[in-house]
Amino acid sequence: MENRNFYNEILTEHNMRPEFKHELPDANIVLEGKNPNCGDDIFLKLKVEDGVITDGAFTGDGCAISSASADIMLGMIIGKTKEEALQLGELFLKMIKGEASDEEIDQLEEASALKDIAHMPARVKCAVLGWHTLKEALKDQ
Amino acid sequence: MKRDYREDFPLLMQNETAYLDNAATAQRPACVLEREKAFYETENANPMRGFYPLSLAATESYEEARKTVRDFLNAAHTEEIIFTRNTTESLNLVAYSYGLANLKPGDEIAVSIMEHHSNLLPWQMAARMTGAKLHFLECEQDGTLTEETLTKGIHEGTKLVAAAQVSNVLGCQNPIEEICRRAHEVGAVVVVDAAQSAPHMPIDVQKLDADFLAFSGHKLLGPMGIGVLYGKRELLDAMPPFLTGGEMIESVTREGAVFAELPHKFEAGTVNAAGAAGLAAAIEYIQGIGFPEIMEKEEALTRQAMEGIAKIPHVKILGSERPENHTGIVAFTVEGVHPHDVSEILSSDGIDVRAGHHCAQPLLAYLGDNVATRASFMFYNTPEEVEKLVDSIASIRRRMGYGE
Repeated sequence: MENRNFYNEILTEHNMRPEFKHELPDANIVLEGKNPNCGDDIFLKLKVEDGVITDGAFTGDGCAISSASADIMLGMIIGKTKEEALQLGELFLKMIKGEASDEEIDQLEEASALKDIAHMPARVKCAVLGWHTLKEALKDQ
Repeated sequence: MKRDYREDFPLLMQNETAYLDNAATAQRPACVLEREKAFYETENANPMRGFYPLSLAATESYEEARKTVRDFLNAAHTEEIIFTRNTTESLNLVAYSYGLANLKPGDEIAVSIMEHHSNLLPWQMAARMTGAKLHFLECEQDGTLTEETLTKGIHEGTKLVAAAQVSNVLGCQNPIEEICRRAHEVGAVVVVDAAQSAPHMPIDVQKLDADFLAFSGHKLLGPMGIGVLYGKRELLDAMPPFLTGGEMIESVTREGAVFAELPHKFEAGTVNAAGAAGLAAAIEYIQGIGFPEIMEKEEALTRQAMEGIAKIPHVKILGSERPENHTGIVAFTVEGVHPHDVSEILSSDGIDVRAGHHCAQPLLAYLGDNVATRASFMFYNTPEEVEKLVDSIASIRRRMGYGE
């Protein structure tokens, strides 16, 4: 009866035990990201120094896909420059659109656990919420 | 005569999933599809315009459908039935036409907290444009609107009351007859959203004494894009048109126009005659089965679902504990699992449900849940489908990593 195993271990782990879901008092960029249709609502908090993301976290409510995706994202972008982080974001969107090569998907490390979203149009917005908010947050920097 | 009604529904026969999202839209029986097809194949012309036989046939089908709806609601007059696109358009018609012409600064509009956004946003708009104020009638946790809430919330300053007959989240039935009595005592009119009630119970607008009542065809086994507004004749007569243009005039000069009589005054432009004919076929189909059997079947399915879900730890049903107070709607939350993940898992098990805020954000915020998953039943659903639903819900937390 359980036909599809989309909620794999990587996804459920990041959802149940997120590493980066907490407050970040010394954040210097905070931006809310919302999916009005589903009620996903996260606050992305970043500490950016000299163009490098030195720390990051998120708070808020959302489905497992949006939470896990944001948590995975933070694990990948902390320590990276803004440009590197935005480039990963582009790659992630490419994967979600089903346009990324296997090599490109490999570069996305754990975020590649979300590649099947490409076949789930209703959930694309959940998966990209964190990445989209990141792009908005860094845009004005 | 009890029989398997599923055979009447082509989609149900071809589709293996358990369709439990009937409160969003129902499936259509073959007789409705055939009626629409027959209209376009044998009667298609612009109704009320031509003097040739085809146009007369189209007009007749359209006006016959109006009579069918009148009987269905037990309205006093056929011209009290206005065809619209859906409930939302019907409610907007009342807000823009009646609301803007009659509400004044300081007047109160009493709106139940459980309204679908379509019976709330038009009143927010009317309040903004006229200076009237919104007052919320807040329900108990099980959805009950108490007598005290009604007496206190509907008073001399109240000019309009907007209430759903059945909540699209809790499934509870509101005391429309009492609401109308109370509203009329203080000189207010009542606008009833019957989108969730019309498919599941007999409605008698004269007995309810409702001033306006709206429902959609598509939730009632009819086509999408056809809906109904019932209004008392004296109210509709005094109201200005909502949309203006073709079909709704007596005469037009360079400077102005004399509007047509009811109901055409409110049916501007080419109407959805095929949709109206399809809706009439749907009503006749429902009448052929009869509400007693429909209600008995739907209550049994609801009871089975609620009893099954009640045994699952960490799952909470919204609203009353009594299946008879749910009108086939069972909204629930699974602790620690977002409704979108719940519905994703149900979907992977071949079960179609709705997840989210159900266009009733103020209610869910008031109840403290914000989002929920909703299963909703129709008489054509089966105990096997309900069993499948309950089994799948029972597996969700384990599959989301919560262990056994």
